[in-house]
Amino acid sequence: MSTTALYNDQQGGAEAAVEAGQETTATSSSSGAAFGLFSTDFKKNEDLKEMLESNKESLKLEAMKRIVQLISKGKNASDLFPAVVKNVASKNIELKKLVYVYLVRYAEEQQDLALLSISTFQRALKDPNQFIRASALRVLSSIRVPIIVPIMMLAIKEAASDLSPYVRKTSAHAIQKLYSLDADQKEQLIEVIEKLLKDKSTLVAGSVVMAFEEVCPDRIDLIHINYRKLCNLLVDVEEWGQVVIINMLTRYARTQFASPWKEDGILDENEKAFYDSDSEEKQGQREAKPYIMDPDHRLLLRNTKPLLQSRNTAVVMAVAQLYWHLAPKHEVSIVTKSLVRLLRSHREVQYVVLQNIATMSIQRKGMFEPHMKSFYVRSTDATHIKTLKLEILTNLANEANISTILREFQTYVKSQDKAFAAATIQAIGRCATNISEVTDTCLNGLVLLLSNRDETVVAESVVVIKKLLQTQPTQHCDIIKHMAKLFDNITVPMARASILWLMGEYCERVPKIAPDVLRKMAKTFTSEEDIVKLQTVNLAAKLYLTNSKQTKLLTQYILNLGKYDQNYDIRDRTRFIRQLIVPSEKSGALNKYARRILLASKPAPVLESAFKDRDRFQLGTLSHSLNIKTTGYQELSDWPAVAPDPSVRNVEVIEPVQEWAPSLGKAKKPKSDKFYSDDEEKEEEGSGSGSEDSSSRSSSSSSSEESGSESEEESSRDLEKTSSDSEKSSSGSEASSSESESQQKKKKRAKKVTPRKSKQAAADSDSDENGNGPVGKTSSSSAESSSDSESDSEEDSSSDDSPAPQKKTVAKTKPKVEVKSKKEVSLLDLDDFSAAPPSAPKSSVFSSSLLSDLEGLSLSNVSSAMQVTTSSFGPVKTYELLHHMTGKGLSAKYHFPRQPCLYQPSMVAVQVILTNSSDHSLEEIHIGDQSPASLNVHCFNTVERLEPGASVSVSLGIDFSDSTQAANFQLCTKEDQFSVSIQPAVGELLMPSTMKEPDFCSEQKKLMGMNETSATIAMATANTSKQNISKQVLSVANVGVVSSDQNNLQRFAGRTISSGALVLVTLELRESSTALLTINTEKTVMASMLLRDLKQALCQA
Amino acid sequence: MPCSNFVSPAARKERFLDRRSQPPSSFLPPSPRPSASPAKMIHSLFLINASGDIFLEKHWKSVVSRSVCDYFFEAQERATEPENVPPVIPTPHHYLISVLRHRIYFVAVIQSEVPPLFVIEFLHRVVDTFQVRGHSPLLFSLFMSASFMPTHLPASSPRLQDYFGVCTEAAIKDNVVVVYELLEEMLDNGFPLATESNILKELIKPPTILRTMVNTITGSTNVGEQLPTGQLSVVPWRRTGVKYTNNEAYFDVVEEIDAIIDKSGSTITAEIQGVIDACVKLTGMPDLTLSFMNPRLLDDVSFHPCVRFKRWEAERILSFIPPDGNFRLLSYHVSSQNLVAIPVYVKHNITFREGSSQGRFDLTLGPKQTMGKAVESVLVSSQLPRGVLNANLNPSQGTYTFDPVTKLLSWDVGKINPQKLPRLKVNRLDMYGEKYKPFKGIKYMTKAGKFQSLDVVEPEILLTQKLRCLNPYAPSPDHSQSLHVCRGFRSERSTFVSSRCNDVWFETHS
Repeated sequence: MSTTALYNDQQGGAEAAVEAGQETTATSSSSGAAFGLFSTDFKKNEDLKEMLESNKESLKLEAMKRIVQLISKGKNASDLFPAVVKNVASKNIELKKLVYVYLVRYAEEQQDLALLSISTFQRALKDPNQFIRASALRVLSSIRVPIIVPIMMLAIKEAASDLSPYVRKTSAHAIQKLYSLDADQKEQLIEVIEKLLKDKSTLVAGSVVMAFEEVCPDRIDLIHINYRKLCNLLVDVEEWGQVVIINMLTRYARTQFASPWKEDGILDENEKAFYDSDSEEKQGQREAKPYIMDPDHRLLLRNTKPLLQSRNTAVVMAVAQLYWHLAPKHEVSIVTKSLVRLLRSHREVQYVVLQNIATMSIQRKGMFEPHMKSFYVRSTDATHIKTLKLEILTNLANEANISTILREFQTYVKSQDKAFAAATIQAIGRCATNISEVTDTCLNGLVLLLSNRDETVVAESVVVIKKLLQTQPTQHCDIIKHMAKLFDNITVPMARASILWLMGEYCERVPKIAPDVLRKMAKTFTSEEDIVKLQTVNLAAKLYLTNSKQTKLLTQYILNLGKYDQNYDIRDRTRFIRQLIVPSEKSGALNKYARRILLASKPAPVLESAFKDRDRFQLGTLSHSLNIKTTGYQELSDWPAVAPDPSVRNVEVIEPVQEWAPSLGKAKKPKSDKFYSDDEEKEEEGSGSGSEDSSSRSSSSSSSEESGSESEEESSRDLEKTSSDSEKSSSGSEASSSESESQQKKKKRAKKVTPRKSKQAAADSDSDENGNGPVGKTSSSSAESSSDSESDSEEDSSSDDSPAPQKKTVAKTKPKVEVKSKKEVSLLDLDDFSAAPPSAPKSSVFSSSLLSDLEGLSLSNVSSAMQVTTSSFGPVKTYELLHHMTGKGLSAKYHFPRQPCLYQPSMVAVQVILTNSSDHSLEEIHIGDQSPASLNVHCFNTVERLEPGASVSVSLGIDFSDSTQAANFQLCTKEDQFSVSIQPAVGELLMPSTMKEPDFCSEQKKLMGMNETSATIAMATANTSKQNISKQVLSVANVGVVSSDQNNLQRFAGRTISSGALVLVTLELRESSTALLTINTEKTVMASMLLRDLKQALCQA
Repeated sequence: MPCSNFVSPAARKERFLDRRSQPPSSFLPPSPRPSASPAKMIHSLFLINASGDIFLEKHWKSVVSRSVCDYFFEAQERATEPENVPPVIPTPHHYLISVLRHRIYFVAVIQSEVPPLFVIEFLHRVVDTFQVRGHSPLLFSLFMSASFMPTHLPASSPRLQDYFGVCTEAAIKDNVVVVYELLEEMLDNGFPLATESNILKELIKPPTILRTMVNTITGSTNVGEQLPTGQLSVVPWRRTGVKYTNNEAYFDVVEEIDAIIDKSGSTITAEIQGVIDACVKLTGMPDLTLSFMNPRLLDDVSFHPCVRFKRWEAERILSFIPPDGNFRLLSYHVSSQNLVAIPVYVKHNITFREGSSQGRFDLTLGPKQTMGKAVESVLVSSQLPRGVLNANLNPSQGTYTFDPVTKLLSWDVGKINPQKLPRLKVNRLDMYGEKYKPFKGIKYMTKAGKFQSLDVVEPEILLTQKLRCLNPYAPSPDHSQSLHVCRGFRSERSTFVSSRCNDVWFETHS
């Protein structure tokens, strides 16, 4: 401490000098050069030996420095070993370090002598300074001498339970070293790994997982109980460890969780339809949900997401690949922005990231299409970067953007970088085959390029045109003729060969030109390249078969030339062709089939991405980068058909405090007993989920838990706190009653927060941490005082380091941490506590609602302040889908039940009632073709049989993507198909969002300007009362009421279902029954439509 | 990947030796090591200069022969430009992952599967440790003269020293021992151990002129006199016991605009890449919050690990305990989807004379928006093709240089008219946890990043015209410059770089 302070003072004093030094780096390097002179001036190694054996430390040091220089140049300095090893016990730290460097380098060669140093290390392992212990272990484990394996083993075991996390980290590294030295120690090492995996220090986590990956990657069972801890620690682990842990967890998750990609239509849906009409349908939906993401799976996704913001590109890539391999398909796109950001990084980073994007963009165009411009090529890019960008642009091309991309390609074709220009032509060819609309345009463009000055461009164009023509040879004889004309000017062999092949293949379409080309070729045959000769022979053969009258002599001439060619391939080919096409006694039966052999229709070449099959490798890996399976690559397993038992991840005893305690390891927390830990985890779970999830769910979960632990006053209070943590505990219908209650709770919490803050002497910039303003300040004082004393005592009990009495579980984690060490707390995010529960929950307490809580979690990136609730009430408007006259007896009506869709959160639930009004039963009612394909419709299961007069209600999920575009599909029975369409009113594309007035206002402030639409409306007289207005508004739009004290203002909040954009509706009543209707949302189109609808509803009534 | 036909004799030798699974170096005895599972992560590091000399090698595990670099040299030979060497090269028994910084290749030898970005990021971090970010003239030499960076930067933010001013071959060679010590601390068994420069500086002190001299005379050391005694700092990125007499915090908000402009002068794409670089010299463990006037401008952000992410998510406030000294607090990206205004417009035109081998190249540059501040230090560089023999220029403003060897044309335009840019503004900076009042300064800077303007030269013209002689033309109005090129001018794109640095303000908090 004192030395560093000294150092700093020194630095402060020398500031001017340093600044001067900035400008005069030349001086520093010249002085360095002087130093270099000293060192290059050295004689032979003999004087080094003398220097090392002298008594002067400075001489020894000088000698060691020179030795290190020798090593760095790759020169051999092993003969100095005896002299160097004597200094291993030196007091001078730098000398010692340099000796260590030397030892690690040469110990393997001089094993006997190296053993002399071992005792020094053994002594150092007991040193009180953690750095000395760590460095001793580092060097000891780096000495690759088999004889000291037992000593190393012992040292590792001891270090693994060292008090210093730094030493424990070193021991994790040493495990790998020992394992590579002696694989027989595996079992013992696994024990150490198992022990270290339980370590709660963020410093150790990365290193031990690294050791795990190297020593026993197949022992996935070791991870189970540490899984939740690792997920929760992840944000605080150092960057390099994060990469390793994320990669390991990706592998783990692929073996332990069920696939989130399953088509959820597989399971029985009739049953669900049954439920829908039930009064308890919400409950029913949850339980009948075909795929429920394991809460641990969700935990992983949620906890890795913030790391997309890491400055470390490897971490961002690791998270991106994790989402790619683990997240439900619709969530993957959150990684897009971060990956695009990495493109501004160093060239090498760009290279790897672009490779990964190339693979991703093949499967998921939509992910990167909005960022297409980021992949535009710059002339300053390196060639391999350019080619990769080109690849991605080609992958992204579709009907909509192809013109833009082709325009861009036009520039690239003119690039001076010829390899790149050629690649561009290939890319144009790919676009042409993939997108039929532009095939002709591309072809014409390529034909123009045939007159390019540059040979490579021409050659590449010819080759690509050849491929294109092959895919659609019908009407392109003009192009073939054009190419025949250019033939004389084209010199690149590959291009000439391609033209000849085209001539031969389509010789019947150009009957006059082809023989002439053959004539020319006969003249120049001997001077052509081999590949051209081969194609000439082919052309001759094909012409001979189709037009033997004109070409017989030419063919014979060419075959004769070929017969005596220097190249054996050409001689072979000539012999073969001659036997095939010229009938003779020897040729036998094959001759008859010559025409069918040579002029068979050939399959068109497929122009596809080079990255097409790259996805067999895990993204972000070396194997993926090189497209070969590298040593040590571990395949990512497929999802298990049935997820293994999730209870293996349950932790028996939970010691949440330890994780957050400074990892000195000196004070072991008393183990909390079981029921105690249950409470703890409930709190954590609740707060973790509540922060993001819908309040109705969290309140239901908390109430169920409450009933389980009624007797425990303490714990229920805890839970209440939790729900107030999530800030909104009221669902729309019971807003008024629970309002004050939650405010009280908030007050309580605020009380708790305050001492905490003062303790760390860090007054927040905001007056209120929650940003809620003074809403709750007027609440009842009795509750206040009680909670006051309560929290005080808690603070006290936890502040002295004594084992906490069982009862004081509330807020245990929070105050304790601060008290443990003041420095520690400043590291931590206060807000982290709610979202990152420190300990792993025990799954026995998971109620089904809790499961769905977790499952619904980060589906929408709703900020913690607001949640979306299910609709409270609202009139049901029924629309006609199919009239029974047109439907031949089948009629269908639909309405929007305003429930969250059970298939996907981004879908709008639609309830369809099918009625059979005919006199015969209808069979196999199902949904047929859909259009446009972009609208994702989740169909109901086929209704096998509908008796006359009966009706059945089925539910659909339609992802309208926040547009009122109609979903067209076919409703099919066994005999008939009826085209029907569902067009949603704009109000049905919303879901209500509950928020407090201050939140509303602050959100509204963010959505001003462009995002605001307003109109003054004349209200119908019937609509002046508050209730009526609400009713009208709610009938139009599925929004939630925001309670307010102001009489003339009414506020409604909702979110769009697909993108979760906020939609805020404000109605300000003015005199004489006019009102100002304001809508704030990013979705301006929706706003204007909604405004229109609302206006209409409020005006008439 | 080198396939069998193209392997140099040396590489073939290495492969042969590798097959015998022992280090092929002549003076090394055979390794007694059993061939256990291949070691992970970084095995060895080679530093190679532009002329292909290995001037430093460091091995963390067993020694890998230098000859493994032959595969790298092959790739280097194949590549036309130094930048074109592929970053990942497979060899029969190893994989080489390299980065190129300051004309030095840092080549890491890998034995088995490892995320390539992991290695690449680490190598860059090594270079960043060696030198202060943004201080290398080499970094900018490619497209812009070094003129505007060094003149403005140190003025507002007194930098803490880093290990070497510039990471050059000479600097590394002169400080081999420090480099070795650093590498030893940064990597243990091929896995990063300590990469935060704050911690490293605590372990190994950077060389200064003074200390080098003293060390040379007295033989004392660069290593900390004593090892830090207690706990490593609880904040992993900040060293403990920091003390300053003047407490200062400086923030540079630097925005770079990357743009591609087509030949008609309209913007094809433009995006902003911004960073906030900080130089914080505060005593103790200060806890800072920084808020912005317009945080919504920040589209996609990446943070230094010290920033509390949750707080940002919830309140759009940066709350952090800063590292000591220089660091990059955050970088952000405003994507091309948003409208990014470009301060200047660029138009260019190339014409060739019928039947002669000369051409005329007009380049017009002007301010795009007239509101606001001046655009300073405008520099245009244009890479002309090899066929150009000479260029006769007539700038209406500023000066130009044409390097006939590299064919690089630079036009230093200087200052252009005022205009205004939307940009991130810092609202306030607050400090908690310490008692003193710091001195705070914030500087805004907008620079050109990668500006490109497209130029579509009709290839037909190039076919028919060979240009030879030079003829001066009259200058065009409005800051334009005409230059005349000869011999098949066919630059398809020219590069444009502008810069701006102004609007410096300091605020002393009362």
